[in-house]
Amino acid sequence: MSQMAISRRRVMGTLRDERFLRAMGQVAFAVTVVLVAFWCLGNYQARGLTFSFAFLQEEASFDLAEGIAFSPVDPYWRAFVVGILNTIKVAVLGIIMATALGLVAGVARLSTNWLISNIASVYIEIIRNTPVLVQLFFIYFAVILKLPELRDRIVLPGPMFLSNRGINLVWPRPTEAFGAWLPLWVLAMAAGIAIYAWRVRLERRTRRPVSRLPWTILALAIPLIGWFVVPGNPLYADMPAVEGLKVVGGTSMSPEFAAILFGLVIYTGAFIAEVVRAGIMAVPKGQSEAARAQGFTEMQILQLVILPQAIRIIIPPLISQYLNLTKNSSLAIGIGFLDLYAVSNTMLNQSGRIVEVFLMIMAAYLSMSLTISALMNVVNRRLALVER
Amino acid sequence: MTVNTEVLKPPPTEVGVLGWLKKNLFGTWYDTLLTIASVVFITVTLRGVLVWALRSAEWGVVRTNIKVFMVGRYPYDEIWRVWASVGMFVVMTAVTLIVWRREIPRIRRAVTIAWIAILVLTIILLKGFGDVPLIPSVPISIWSGLLLTLALGVVGIVASFPIGIVLALGRRSSLPVVKVFCTMYIEVIRGVPLISVLFMSMLMIPLFLPPSLRLDNVLRAMVGMTLFSAAYVAENVRGGLQAIPQGQYEAGRAVGLNEAFVMVLIVLPQALRAMIPAIVGQFISLYKDTSLVVIVGLLDLLGIAKAVTGQQQWIGLQKEVYAFAGIIYFVTCYAMSYASRRLEKQLGVGER
Repeated sequence: MSQMAISRRRVMGTLRDERFLRAMGQVAFAVTVVLVAFWCLGNYQARGLTFSFAFLQEEASFDLAEGIAFSPVDPYWRAFVVGILNTIKVAVLGIIMATALGLVAGVARLSTNWLISNIASVYIEIIRNTPVLVQLFFIYFAVILKLPELRDRIVLPGPMFLSNRGINLVWPRPTEAFGAWLPLWVLAMAAGIAIYAWRVRLERRTRRPVSRLPWTILALAIPLIGWFVVPGNPLYADMPAVEGLKVVGGTSMSPEFAAILFGLVIYTGAFIAEVVRAGIMAVPKGQSEAARAQGFTEMQILQLVILPQAIRIIIPPLISQYLNLTKNSSLAIGIGFLDLYAVSNTMLNQSGRIVEVFLMIMAAYLSMSLTISALMNVVNRRLALVER
Repeated sequence: MTVNTEVLKPPPTEVGVLGWLKKNLFGTWYDTLLTIASVVFITVTLRGVLVWALRSAEWGVVRTNIKVFMVGRYPYDEIWRVWASVGMFVVMTAVTLIVWRREIPRIRRAVTIAWIAILVLTIILLKGFGDVPLIPSVPISIWSGLLLTLALGVVGIVASFPIGIVLALGRRSSLPVVKVFCTMYIEVIRGVPLISVLFMSMLMIPLFLPPSLRLDNVLRAMVGMTLFSAAYVAENVRGGLQAIPQGQYEAGRAVGLNEAFVMVLIVLPQALRAMIPAIVGQFISLYKDTSLVVIVGLLDLLGIAKAVTGQQQWIGLQKEVYAFAGIIYFVTCYAMSYASRRLEKQLGVGER
């Protein structure tokens, strides 16, 4: 065989070698991506645009009516922080309330009571089959803004004022005695948690059901009783009251905040209800029947047999509902609540820094999403370990 | 002595209407309490809604603007084209249902092809061409109302489907560079809200394109919806692919097919069937999400609703207008999810 033929065979062999082809394929892919990126950057520069985050230090010269104090002379980055905090406020409150609503609606959907289960399913179907933005618009434009003027406000027990200026609630505020009470209360909390953990461990060791809640509540109750017996309450109820054209005292929710919060809670609650229902239904019927046969009470069956198994099925889809709620809070811009997205929108209109602000928005939402999934994954892993 | 063999009838409180009532409404004392509370709640709510809807609501705003809600600024002389498209879809749906019942494989394939043809035909019919006499051009930028909502939804899902399949295959690829790229794309898009992706396609992408390449507003929104939806479709496809047992790949390789053929001929067809419910769910949520384009200034159904409430003569009628928009969304979404449940049963997903 001639030298030529051998080297030709070697080349052809290399060309047909799968490893070689794979490497070349990846290089070609990477080169294409880089080329497209450069082409885009070229177009960007051809428009005379630059890329810099220096504008964040500049004066924002717009006002923000919601969230922590902000004035037009503050820099852009502070406006962004205001937006992030407002979004976090909506997300945290929303997640807590939507979970509560979803649990109730999901359990109601499974109720043996025909009326209750149908009320729940009408709620779930209506909410799941209409866009969240339509619901937000309805709640904001057609309900909250249609509430009476402040002087004709609706007063709910509490007192709680509903008017087209938003919602005013009674709010606990600390007095001078609060500082002295706080450590005591923290101590009681710690004791409560410790007792609960001890009871759980005892139950696990003796393999016999042990009552936990009464003891825990007792530990928490002692300082709480003292709270009200000893003179000088650490907290007092700050009541809202109308003085002239505005409300003083208590705490208030702006109409926009109330709309985005309740809108998201009602929307996400319906989805969480379905998650809860699916989770509970996924626990085989034999489980509760077996427990009943062994003489567990209905409460124990729910607490010790059904919920521990259901919660493992519930948590992964629940995480994605929490993420959805956080992402949907960006719809606040549609009704004028100053969340992260709405503030960023103002920022980019004011500064013209489209790409920079966009990257900041992406980074902020991504880090929030990652934080939520990381937290929930920890919960998930703990539950999975503890129960096995 | 005669033995009484007569079977005792169940007590009247356990069967029939009484039995049903006892079982479902008055089983225990707290059941009874709940029932009473529910009855009060339902009466109050229903009465409130009915009194509003029949007495105090001014539905004139909807009656007068019904055309605007449906097709927005689509020229009224050309409305027959919309009707013709709707007619085609209705006929096609009826034909599909009949064919599906009869289970005739060859016609089934013809139906699939006919659907694609009809989609193309509809786009041509609705969009038109500049110099064709019967169907003069109606630029996409003036499509609005429910027409735009449907167009965004259909284009979004149809265009995102192939991209989603490619992304899913890329994510499962053994080539690290491709895998990292696809995974990053999917995770980043899924981690940010749709509105920010829309915003990117409306404001940012034009900055990175040469000035000669100008896309109009609606087209840019469609690009945004597609880019967003593709990431979610990719995850659905990945789920479908994971449901296919390893043996299918191995068997395909064993009969001498190369990797690409195994994927296209053996794995994907099975995976696609397994993920039909997920894809329909994705379509419904995309259809609902099209309402977000109102935030970037397009006039879809919700955008028209908002515009109508802003008109001087209809001031203060937000309840009627948004309730109407909500009802349209509800009817269409509910119909789709009902159809998908039927389809699931027909295909026997999870049974075979």
